[in-house]
Amino acid sequence: MHRIVEKKVLSDEVFLYRIEAPLIAESRKPGQFVIVQTDTEYGERIPLTIADADPVAGTITLIFQVVGDATHRLAALPEGGVIENVLGPLGRPTHIEHVGMVVCVGGGIGVAPLHPIAQAMKRAGNRLIVILGARTEKLIILESEMRALSDEFILCTDDGSRGRKALVTEPLREVCARTPKPDQVVAIGPPIMMKAVSETTRPFAIPTIVSLNSIMVDGTGMCGGCRVTVGGQTRFVCVDGPEFDGHEVDFTNLMQRLRTYKPFEDQAHERCHLELQIQELKKHA
Amino acid sequence: MTYSNPESLERIAREHLAELESRTEPLKPKERLRIPPQVMPEQPPEERRHNIREVALGYGPAQARLEALRCLQCKNAPCVEGCPVRIDIPSFIRAIAENRPEEAIAIIKRNSILPAICGRVCPQETQCQAPCTVGKSLKNIAAAVSIGRLERYAADWEREMGRAKPPEVKPETGRKVAVIGSGPASITVAADVRREGHAVTMFEAFHKPGGVLLYGIPEFRLPKRIVEEEIETLRKMGVEIRTNFVVGRTRTLNDLLEKDGYDAVFIGAGAGLPKFMNIEGENLVGVFSANEYLTRANLMRAYDRERARTPIYPSRKVAVLGGGNVAMDAARMALRIGAAEVHLIYRRTEAEMPARVEEVAHAKEEGVQFHLLQNAKRILGDEYGRVRGIELLRYELGEPDDSGRRRPVVIPESELVMEVDTVIVAIGNEPNPLIRQTTPGLQIARGGTLVVDEDGRTSIPRVFAGGDIVLGAATVILAMGEGRRAAAAINAMLAEK
Ligand SMILES: Cc1cc2nc3c(=O)[nH]c(=O)nc-3n(C[C@H](O)[C@H](O)[C@H](O)COP(=O)(O)OP(=O)(O)OC[C@H]3O[C@@H](n4cnc5c(N)ncnc54)[C@H](O)[C@@H]3O)c2cc1C
Ligand code: SF4
Ligand code: FES
Repeated sequence: MHRIVEKKVLSDEVFLYRIEAPLIAESRKPGQFVIVQTDTEYGERIPLTIADADPVAGTITLIFQVVGDATHRLAALPEGGVIENVLGPLGRPTHIEHVGMVVCVGGGIGVAPLHPIAQAMKRAGNRLIVILGARTEKLIILESEMRALSDEFILCTDDGSRGRKALVTEPLREVCARTPKPDQVVAIGPPIMMKAVSETTRPFAIPTIVSLNSIMVDGTGMCGGCRVTVGGQTRFVCVDGPEFDGHEVDFTNLMQRLRTYKPFEDQAHERCHLELQIQELKKHA
Repeated sequence: MTYSNPESLERIAREHLAELESRTEPLKPKERLRIPPQVMPEQPPEERRHNIREVALGYGPAQARLEALRCLQCKNAPCVEGCPVRIDIPSFIRAIAENRPEEAIAIIKRNSILPAICGRVCPQETQCQAPCTVGKSLKNIAAAVSIGRLERYAADWEREMGRAKPPEVKPETGRKVAVIGSGPASITVAADVRREGHAVTMFEAFHKPGGVLLYGIPEFRLPKRIVEEEIETLRKMGVEIRTNFVVGRTRTLNDLLEKDGYDAVFIGAGAGLPKFMNIEGENLVGVFSANEYLTRANLMRAYDRERARTPIYPSRKVAVLGGGNVAMDAARMALRIGAAEVHLIYRRTEAEMPARVEEVAHAKEEGVQFHLLQNAKRILGDEYGRVRGIELLRYELGEPDDSGRRRPVVIPESELVMEVDTVIVAIGNEPNPLIRQTTPGLQIARGGTLVVDEDGRTSIPRVFAGGDIVLGAATVILAMGEGRRAAAAINAMLAEK
């Protein structure tokens, strides 16, 4: 049982939960994730990256966007409520090293897992350029935190409602073209963005790490549901990743695999909406 | 085989039993051999392929006693030799024949702590029933005494009568033991070590304990409430169970010994790493490991479309690759999830299939179509990256290999294409590398299993292991047997200090 000690609404669909998980708070490292399940009997298990942790308070911070049934149910929990199952920390930690100049590119909700990595990169003595992107102003998260960390900060939105009206790849290309060019790029966001970032850095031969968000069940290497093709080989995101060399990842396959249960999910999300509405109505009746 | 309805099986048995009992002379061996082998009552195939309930319904009292009367009470008891945990088989069978089920279960429990489970899932035809004198005399191994079904009968009788009591626990010793995993090996160690009064904590990565018994073997073969009751017994004995705890990540094995003060650790982490074929198209949408498919269906209960939130792929035509229990389970589960056709593809012949004969028979009765001496060459996808077919190659049996089994040899240019929308890969499992990767000094054999001595000791002092993590994917009874030995060694070690 994990109590939600703090619940914040970051934007329309994006929530921040600080939850009790003392063992995970103690052992987690940047880049790692947890698997969360709100109901032991019938709930779905979903992976969420650990955005932050406080070993003294024994809490971890999760940031998630409501995209389907499971995240909708998670978002419906109140502050002080409990999440039945949290497993972790899972996956390999990010390899943090002093390389020189690092560009961190975050898209949408991907900024949440990017934050601890940026922090660690900075702490390791790297010069840090941060590029954040979102569809629109309302969906930008952790702007001030990321700005505070970075030596150079670039913000863009698709619709130009805030910052530069551009996709993240535009400023990224400019940064890559500078001399000296960056030594390392870390990109976390929707797969289509990570793919574009990898294509942008490829001609410059800049090592590019991406963090993949595949479908998972156990998160411990037992099912292979999370497998992706990297450099022509099958890898399990939950144990071999979640981070991989962006230039080697088969993003088309990843995106296709992410849509495996799309029709089912839409239906489930629909049903979840109805159920939650009924609960609301009953409360008021 | 023709289907017989459960009531009539029991009625016929009752009549037969009454006739035998009306006689005063004890039965002669010849007469015992003439008693017909008792058929297991089952749900009719066309019904059960659409539901998740247990297929085999269990003997009624008359059927059980009649089957028990078939036993010749051999002095040398070859069946006991065939039993990995050496249950006193003739004695428990006699107790059933003489209508003393309470005594029967007590005899079984001297050697096995999970009889309701083993009676259902053990490969009896290669163990206790293989050397049975009755089968030998009748020149038909299938006509051996149904030892497994009688074991199940005794265990079910005890449970249904509410007679099962948790074993007694000796006074607390102040020692504590960590058990990693919650499959049959770990359940056995937890019970045997706890009995001696040592504190036991069981660590399980999943949100529910039970290991493969829960996430792998389906409800229709092993009802989950039976596994849950075994776990409940552990709780009643005072075993602490911590779910959502991955040793190696949440905490390392060394942390348990050094920081958390455990006096001993048992590793029963199983063989949970699915093998793939490494063929073209294996990462297409619609290709699953049997582990994933069965975990979604069993542990996450995806068969319960009304309530479960975990999705499962809606298949029409399924190809299952493999010939073991896992393959049979996946194939039969696919039918229950709603597939119209399920094709099982195996590269040898039925004689070489490692699955229990009963599961093979059940799969066929339910309509799984067998394609023997064939194997997948590659999986074909459509423009959305979804499976649209599988290309197969035909094989023939060649020279015997080291194990004496005739090796399948590919027939050149024998390719054929089968249209399917789902492929389930069930070609085996290897030990999960997580613990060995995070525990320096743990000695590993080829294939990733842990090296242990005959008492289950690993290369690290105070650390023991058993079950599939040592044997590779094996069986429930062997896992239990290994757990027994390791627990005895742990108890001896803790008594010395
Ligand atoms: C589908 C299927 C059908 C089968 N059918 C039969 C059958 O009919 N008859 C038969 O005899 N055998 C059968 N088997 C094999 C049998 O189930 C296994 O041999 C047996 O369960 C092994 O027991 P175990 O205790 O070693 O491990 P498991 O039952 O595998 O349990 C291991 C447990 O450890 C947990 N774990 C792993 N790593 C960690 C970690 N680092 N930290 C915490 N927990 C961890 C896992 O989550 C798992 O719950 C079948 C197997 C499968 C998959
Ligand atoms: S071998 Fe068969 S007949 Fe003989 S004691 Fe064992 S079960 Fe009975
Ligand atoms: S989530 Fe099951 S193996 Fe990765």
